[in-house]
Amino acid sequence: MKLNKLTTMAAVAAALCTVFAAPSHAGKTLDAIKARGQIACGVSTGVNGFSAADSTGKWSGLDVDVCKALAAATLKDANKVKYVPLTSQQRFTALQSGEVDILARNTTFTLTRDASLGLHSTVTNYYDGQGFMVPVKSKIKNAKQLKGQTVCVQSGTTSEKNLASFSKANGLSLKPIVFEKFEAANAAYFSGRCVAYTTDASGLASIRSKEAKDPKEHVILSDLISKEPLGPVVRRGDDEWFAIVKWVIYGTMEAEEYGVTQANVDQLKTTSTDPAVQRLLGGGNEDMGKLLGLDKDWLARAIKATGNYGESFERNLGQKSSVNLPRGLNNQWNKGGLIYAYPIR
Amino acid sequence: MAHRPSQNKRSFWRSQAFRGRLYQALALGLIAAVIWFLTHNTLQNMALRGIRSGFDFLTDPAGFDIGESLFPFDSGQPYWQAFGVGLLNTLRIALLGIVLTTMLGTLLGVGRFSRNALVRGVCYVYVEVFRNVPVLLQLLMWYLLFTEALPAATEAWTLGPVFLSKGGLSFPIPLWPAEDTTLAFDFPVKGEFAIEHGGSLTPEFLAVLLGLTFYTAAFVAEVVRSGIQSVDRGQREAAVALGLNPRQSMRLVMLPQALRVIIPPLTNQFLNLTKNSSLAVAIGYPDVVSIANTALNQTGRAVECIAIVMAVYLCTSLATALLMHGYNRRAAIQER
Amino acid sequence: MTAPTFQPIAPRPAPRRTEGLLAWLRINLFGDWITGLMTVVLGGALLYLMTQFISWAIFRASWHPNFEACRVDGVGACWGVIAEKYRLILFGRYPFDAQWRPMLATVLMLGLLVVSCTRAFWHAWLGLLWAVVLTVFFALMYGNVLGLARVETDRWGGLPLTLLLATLSMAMAFPIAVLVALGRRSQLPAIRTFCALYVELIRGVPLISVLFMASFMFPLFMPEGFTVDVLIRVLLGITLFAAAYMAEVISGGLQAIPQGQIEAAATLGLSYWQTQRQVVLPQALALVVPSLMNNFISTFKDTSLVTIVSLYELTGALSLALNSDANWRPFMLEGYLFIALIYFMFCFAMSRYSLWVEQQFNRGRKRSIETP
Repeated sequence: MKLNKLTTMAAVAAALCTVFAAPSHAGKTLDAIKARGQIACGVSTGVNGFSAADSTGKWSGLDVDVCKALAAATLKDANKVKYVPLTSQQRFTALQSGEVDILARNTTFTLTRDASLGLHSTVTNYYDGQGFMVPVKSKIKNAKQLKGQTVCVQSGTTSEKNLASFSKANGLSLKPIVFEKFEAANAAYFSGRCVAYTTDASGLASIRSKEAKDPKEHVILSDLISKEPLGPVVRRGDDEWFAIVKWVIYGTMEAEEYGVTQANVDQLKTTSTDPAVQRLLGGGNEDMGKLLGLDKDWLARAIKATGNYGESFERNLGQKSSVNLPRGLNNQWNKGGLIYAYPIR
Repeated sequence: MAHRPSQNKRSFWRSQAFRGRLYQALALGLIAAVIWFLTHNTLQNMALRGIRSGFDFLTDPAGFDIGESLFPFDSGQPYWQAFGVGLLNTLRIALLGIVLTTMLGTLLGVGRFSRNALVRGVCYVYVEVFRNVPVLLQLLMWYLLFTEALPAATEAWTLGPVFLSKGGLSFPIPLWPAEDTTLAFDFPVKGEFAIEHGGSLTPEFLAVLLGLTFYTAAFVAEVVRSGIQSVDRGQREAAVALGLNPRQSMRLVMLPQALRVIIPPLTNQFLNLTKNSSLAVAIGYPDVVSIANTALNQTGRAVECIAIVMAVYLCTSLATALLMHGYNRRAAIQER
Repeated sequence: MTAPTFQPIAPRPAPRRTEGLLAWLRINLFGDWITGLMTVVLGGALLYLMTQFISWAIFRASWHPNFEACRVDGVGACWGVIAEKYRLILFGRYPFDAQWRPMLATVLMLGLLVVSCTRAFWHAWLGLLWAVVLTVFFALMYGNVLGLARVETDRWGGLPLTLLLATLSMAMAFPIAVLVALGRRSQLPAIRTFCALYVELIRGVPLISVLFMASFMFPLFMPEGFTVDVLIRVLLGITLFAAAYMAEVISGGLQAIPQGQIEAAATLGLSYWQTQRQVVLPQALALVVPSLMNNFISTFKDTSLVTIVSLYELTGALSLALNSDANWRPFMLEGYLFIALIYFMFCFAMSRYSLWVEQQFNRGRKRSIETP
């Protein structure tokens, strides 16, 4: 009788494993995506403006728009994305193991990550720097006044390392209080446990807008202690997918340069006479999409789904949003910023 | 005449010894195959993804600071020293926690036999409440208490030279006497944002210590209670016959005999406390799991870092078990 | 001579009563002056704390889901946070409209557990009932059948996830534990060593490191291109962990079986497996049922740790619900008390049940002991 129970349990366990284990082909990501019918997009657990879900479960943000554009370009439908929220500890292993196809999680590109984690940084879609947020009533005006103080930081991020370098370089002996979870770090700062909070300046703005009881009671110091180029990351070993991700992002940036918007993309596809715009939207004779393994309308669909880079920025991080960040370094190259799309040709 | 079956012709593969060896060979083969499969996959995956392996990263500079440590640690020092700091932080919690929880748990366990019904009731309620709520939840509640209920450092509560605030508990510590042999103290003073100088215990440390102490004390109380109950009733009656009052009989007769029964499960609880200190990673206390986590994220060496953590805990468990085993042997009743 | 008249002596005072309320109070609370003092001090402190707590938690509390009302001066506990967020706490990130599914699944699972604990239902078809209810549970939660929308496992959370992890890991760990316990007492040295190594290794490390290993290293262990769901990985981690502790407990039970039982089985001609199955294991398992219940309570509490590897069970769902909402974040304490109450109810019920089972099993074993 007991052996029957054992075999039943073993059968149930085996059945469960087969339900949930899904073979995927790490080498041929695009094939796997087409077979699966959706892109597995690794996002954050909720950073306002980059990737956050509202209470009905709908995701939005700058990084989410990258995934939507990719889905529109490859699978013809911007909604065919599975969003996998990942903490900063799990993100790289999830990408390495194939659990997600792309990590669109405002991740900083660094040498160590590129070289030793088996990953490829694609395109920087947000130029950022690490900053500090302090309460207004502490009257701190610049970062050097934080000598010997406690700073809340999240574990597993470049913020921890940069904080240590900054502290050492300036002899500040800053005391980091390191939290495993993003939410715990926020709670500790807002309860007054530490004097300052440090992460990327865009993250600070988003946390202040969403989590502070009164955003006016907190100020983000103007010192940026590091360069943080943020962008999506893919696995090594699949150059085809790498190229697709890269050029979809460049495509949306070049669309802003040429004035192609979500509203006028259909009209411009048929009526534009500018060969550059024609190449972007697949209107002329050259099929850029075919070279990537996609069809002619790849970029037109992507722009129709999310708008160009500028529109995506304004919607998620700009003045129309609650985060309210200026374009700053993230403006087009011919307007004084660093966004320089490689030409689609 | 009966025809006796010849014993020698029995085939050797039907003997128990052979079957035993066969099963062992099969089991070993299966285990070896599974281990080979896992290792092969791991190595292959690591090579494919360009993940490096090896313990050489331990001599690289850590690149991160640690919030609290017993000896000064700087981000330029190597990873193995960072792990050392984490280990010391874990041991700090473990040793202090074991001492405090034994004291509290014994009081509670003995309290269950008190003549005062109120004391009995309080001990019973304490044990039931603290045993049935998960330890992580208790740690989070203690941390919430410290960060929300305590005042900011600029308005700390003071009791003499001792300050209590969100920044922790600050108290004067003696300075090593320099030239003159007078004992000088380093007193904490209110700085601009925090209490400076003096010795301090951070709220993370206090939350982990108190949370683990109160949680484990409930289990220790149960262990002590069952130990005392296991002592023969006649011993208590004999003590009464000799004229000892209840407190004396508990202290001189029951507890020493109960020790023999108490020590093995008590060791278990000490080990549980040490292992539960790994939860400090959830509230920002830099114990060895938290440091390993940071190292794992910065270097990508998941296998090595987790192996180090497991090795640390295995060694601590082994050391504790050996120590208690030695104490057990000394405390064992010499029977005739 | 006159006979001496009967002179009754003065009546002595009646002996002190030892029964009744006053007598109980006298003996238990005011036996001697130290006890009396302690009663007064402790009683006073308790009374004060209790009145303060009840006033904060019940009389002055605000029950409406309106955070403005909670911030008024003098208001006690803000139970409005529970009224507002209870669905997020209890069901995690499960799609809002489909939350009847996890609710039904939880009720079914609870029913199954209660039925398994009741003596009247201990028949052979209980195993079948388990299989049926588990299948229905997964069908409800995952969907994709009978027109139910599919809900991926990373959306599962809250109380159903806690119950699922605890029940399934215990159910899967049980056969493994029995095998490992038997292996530890095996005559074959290779198997014995391996089982002992497994148990000692797992018992020496904290569950967190096993969960980290499951979450970070299992993907590396799988051949290229094979991905395993996060829930399965965590479940395997908890199962391995629970199996080691259960194996230790079952070993203790096996050790308590007298050698004579095994020898008697041998004289009857039973093989090793027949002996174990029909003679040794039934007795050993009956002995250790209380300890196994303790293991179940520990596993139930340990499921709260999966919040660290980002599965949002009850504790994780609470921090998800409150930490990202600045309006309700000041009322974390009420949230913590709410889920502490839920855990307490479950674990206390289980420990009471375990005591009952112990009594049932000891009924046949109790003998009057003659103390010398």
